[in-house]
Amino acid sequence: MSSVPTDLRYAKSHEWVRSSGDGISTVGITDYAQNSLGDITYVQLPKVGATFAAGAVFGVVESVKAASDLYAPLAFTVLEVNALLDKTPETVNQAPYGEGWMLKVKPAAAGEEAGLLDAAAYRAAIG
Amino acid sequence: MSGLKRTSLRDFHAAHGARLVDFAGWEMPVQYRSILEEHKAVRRAAGLFDVSHMGEVDVRGPEAGKFLNRLVTNDVTKLYPGRVLYSPMCYPSGGVVDDLLVYQRGADDYFLCINAGNIDKDVAWIREQAAGFAVTIDDRSADFGLLAVQGPMAAAIVQSLTGAKLGLIKYYHFGEATVAGIHCLASRTGYTGEDGFELYHAASESVALAEALLEAGAPHGLELAGLGARDSLRLEAGFPLYGHEITADISPLTAGLGWTVKLDKGSDFVGRTALLAEKQNGAPNQVIFFKTGDRRIVRADTPVLGPDGAVVGRVLSGTLSPILNESIGSALVATASAAGEGGWSVDIRGTRLPLHRVRPPFVPLKK
Repeated sequence: MSSVPTDLRYAKSHEWVRSSGDGISTVGITDYAQNSLGDITYVQLPKVGATFAAGAVFGVVESVKAASDLYAPLAFTVLEVNALLDKTPETVNQAPYGEGWMLKVKPAAAGEEAGLLDAAAYRAAIG
Repeated sequence: MSGLKRTSLRDFHAAHGARLVDFAGWEMPVQYRSILEEHKAVRRAAGLFDVSHMGEVDVRGPEAGKFLNRLVTNDVTKLYPGRVLYSPMCYPSGGVVDDLLVYQRGADDYFLCINAGNIDKDVAWIREQAAGFAVTIDDRSADFGLLAVQGPMAAAIVQSLTGAKLGLIKYYHFGEATVAGIHCLASRTGYTGEDGFELYHAASESVALAEALLEAGAPHGLELAGLGARDSLRLEAGFPLYGHEITADISPLTAGLGWTVKLDKGSDFVGRTALLAEKQNGAPNQVIFFKTGDRRIVRADTPVLGPDGAVVGRVLSGTLSPILNESIGSALVATASAAGEGGWSVDIRGTRLPLHRVRPPFVPLKK
């Protein structure tokens, strides 16, 4: 059964957002997503400073099986990219909510996470 | 997954955490733990694969050898009891019906191992071609289970479960062996480029055999391996996969399998006229293998571009080599574009990746 931490918010497209309270949020993909993809072989992420609208494609995650788009769960500006994933993309499989994070971002508007799913709703969504 | 065929090991796979997928109409394990880790386990120690979905066909009768030599492109007269031969089986056009292994058990007694997705097509084709020959064709696919133990530790693992002297069975030979109390036909063959055995046995014994092999192999580093690793291992070894490097439209000569087409074997065979013409005139396309120096996988059907950006071919197979840690693959390209090693590239999401030609295997292999 997939892990769905209660302190995160989720998009139906299987990205998670962690708000730290200082106006910086972390974005990654869920345990369910990494498990569905299988062995992750490549993660393509945007450059620092890039801005995305909610729902826009911000990157691509590739597994042996397929390449899948990554969708911005909310509007944001990229502050930092997880450089670790360049050489060891399998970190996303091993620790999707920890070392396998993808972006640190500045949300375009405060409180936007409220529109995302909470853990219970996301768990219901993935069955 | 309703409507899919199952091997005797379907529940064994599920109990071992397999991810089961539809493979050519069969519910099969694509992976247990990780395709990449299973791949590395086979290169490092050993892997156990259920390939019971493969088909087996008995070909028996006074003209069995003569018939098979007409049916396939390789030279069946080179066989003797205990010897195995790899061969394409072609249409008159030179395109491939399937690739298979021919086993000679005795005088007038052979059997074929064929691809799971082609069983019905092959059996119909073989029966049609057998008209006028004194042979009987029996589809035995449902009777046999087939487990492949592959990797540098494979022979030691199988040997620990049998009194048969496996050292006497050389590469591309086979013999009878009782393994863990189960009667097997032990074939020193495989689809990974490693040493190993493929163990044919009664389908009703598959679970007992798999459990014995897993238990005996675990201390040697053997892991269960799925079809995902099987595909990346075969591509790293440079072996063709039916439907990719060889098809009804890609002949064995185009695919670089000229060594399996014995135009001068002294008797006619299905496809010979077309293949002889292809050899004399040159084929318009050829299959090449490549690596990219990049981790992005170049997937099947990606267009291959020439130096001027024009499309000169398409990718047939592509994966990440877990050993090289870069993406590898095969492509069908215009022969004319191959003169100066191509200067080929592909476009992956807006990035132009050069394809570097490789003569497989991609990694040093034991076999």
